[in-house]
Amino acid sequence: MTKRFALGIFDDEDVLLHAIDNVRGNGVKIYDVFSPYPVHGIDDALGIERSRLPIAAFFYGMCGLAFALWLQIYTLGFDWPMIIGGKPNIALPAFIPVSFELTVFFTCHGMVITFYTISKLYPRFKTPVLDVRSTDDKFVMAVELDESSSQLPQLTKLLRENGASEVNQKEMTKF
Amino acid sequence: MQHVSPVRNPLVTGGKTYHDVTQDICYQVEAAPNVRWMGALSVALVLLGVFFYSVYRTLWFGIGEWGLNKTIGWAWDITNFVWWVGIGHAGTLISAVLLLFRQKWRTSINRAAEAMTIFAVICAAMFPVLHMGRPWLAFYVFPLQNTLGSLWANFNSPLLWDVFAISTYFTVSLVFWYTGLVPDFATIRDRAKGKIAKVSYSLLSMGWTGSAKHWSRYETVSLILAGVSTPLVLSVHTIVSMDFATSVVPGWHTTIFPPYFVAGAIFSGFAMVLTLMLITRVVFKLEDYITLEHIALMNKIMMVTGSIVGVAYITEFFIAWYSQVEYEQYCFINRATGPYWWAYLSMMSCNVLSPQFVWFRRIRYSIPMTFTLSIIVNIGMWFERFVIIVSSLHRDYLPSSWAMFSPTRIDVGVYVGTIGLFFTLFLLFAKFFPVINMAEVKSILKYGVDNGPTYNGPNNGAQLADRHMSPAPYSTPGVPASAPVNYDKHD
Repeated sequence: MTKRFALGIFDDEDVLLHAIDNVRGNGVKIYDVFSPYPVHGIDDALGIERSRLPIAAFFYGMCGLAFALWLQIYTLGFDWPMIIGGKPNIALPAFIPVSFELTVFFTCHGMVITFYTISKLYPRFKTPVLDVRSTDDKFVMAVELDESSSQLPQLTKLLRENGASEVNQKEMTKF
Repeated sequence: MQHVSPVRNPLVTGGKTYHDVTQDICYQVEAAPNVRWMGALSVALVLLGVFFYSVYRTLWFGIGEWGLNKTIGWAWDITNFVWWVGIGHAGTLISAVLLLFRQKWRTSINRAAEAMTIFAVICAAMFPVLHMGRPWLAFYVFPLQNTLGSLWANFNSPLLWDVFAISTYFTVSLVFWYTGLVPDFATIRDRAKGKIAKVSYSLLSMGWTGSAKHWSRYETVSLILAGVSTPLVLSVHTIVSMDFATSVVPGWHTTIFPPYFVAGAIFSGFAMVLTLMLITRVVFKLEDYITLEHIALMNKIMMVTGSIVGVAYITEFFIAWYSQVEYEQYCFINRATGPYWWAYLSMMSCNVLSPQFVWFRRIRYSIPMTFTLSIIVNIGMWFERFVIIVSSLHRDYLPSSWAMFSPTRIDVGVYVGTIGLFFTLFLLFAKFFPVINMAEVKSILKYGVDNGPTYNGPNNGAQLADRHMSPAPYSTPGVPASAPVNYDKHD
């Protein structure tokens, strides 16, 4: 499906943040903002909710800890108990290092896999980008237009007034 | 209007714009390889050849190719293992610990330092795997039921803890590094002209577009990875030290080992980061990004950790005397005055004396001096591990089994070979990947250069006028408010 966008190009993050406020204040829905680096305060300005990834990370960590304890207690305590230097089979203090490492292992990999999955980031041969300068030095505010692009003149005026250095129109078939 | 702060030095010099950052760092990736890079790579490849030859000899003829004997069953291999793992620690320290402490200067060096971590851990892993003698059975270290029955791995053994620590450390560092690289791969992808470059960087960049939602999640992921990597990096060298500390060999059986090893690891790691950065900044013309300020700051960390190591050496000696255990006392006297006195002396002079020169400002900001010191520290830290391992083993409880260790050519070959492996990987990284984290450098470009943001949160546009006020002037007790305050340019 073809989507039409009006792209407001900004040169400075501070101008961009004020512009986001004013554009949203005028009742315009911003599709997304593309920037070359993480702009601080943009989440609040765009109304992006805080990521729940930390909760997921904690959950993965607990899974890792549970798995590590189960693995060590089951193998050394029940499946094949061995007498090592006369020590108890289930020697919990000796299990701390492996439990810690597996907790970190599960936290990290679980969270990173979740991050790539929910952000739909995966290797592709060709990446559709609205404006290639957004990974270099420009901040691109994208507003979705309807079939007839009737809002474009008004939107151009609004973006210009708020400091956009240029306003472009772009159609994307796959986005 | 640009306003240069009197108290904060900009972290990146040369008045760079966002586009300049992209140009300067992508240049190396896009341009044809230069002569110096080709020269360095050929040297590295020759050493890599030495590595493959030595590994072939070790595998074909067995561990007998090494200079080990019945008394000294661990020597260069474990020394090299601990040395390489230690070097790796600085990368994680820069990317994780300095992130948590909000040390923004880390942004210019974290990418290369993390790459160093990964390559150093690869080199480190070669030694225990080769020492197994039959590396094709290396999977035995993992808790898998063996073919004869349900015998599992021994989770009480520090050597098994090491397996878990090193594999977790390696994979977590790799993922941390790669996630940081994704936005920069996107920048290279969007600039790429050639078809191969376009497709390969598109694959590497995972479809990154720089969307605000993605950046928000990216920052969360970075922060949590930094949070878990910080205890992880401390745990790794702690567990490495437990390979020794949990045994009952005099000179190894000490509780001081974990903090002492961690400090030593950071010390040697920063020395290696300095060595690499001093070369990289010149070869790739990155003097505006890796400034003298960065070098001085890394020097300071090297000095602090070096002094901790010095205190640990002295404490060890004191405790040996204080413990009244004659074997412990003999071991330490033998280290300093026995047949390996030269190794002990190298360790003491390289690690305890040399970092103290960094107290002098002139030396801290001097490139030749820093380079020399960083090399000396790397040598010293290699000797530290050699002293700990060999001098504790070579005279055990039974004088009839006392022995000396001398390395064979294959021992030297494997060690020098891993240096070749390391530099081959590092040079390939430096050519095809962005050596500096462009996205993060762009985010700190305005640090100390302008009036700071005027944006304080959503829908506060009405109060905009108030926030243009300059901050309240500093007041120092005893100094009149109007007195001009001179800030030293650097400190």
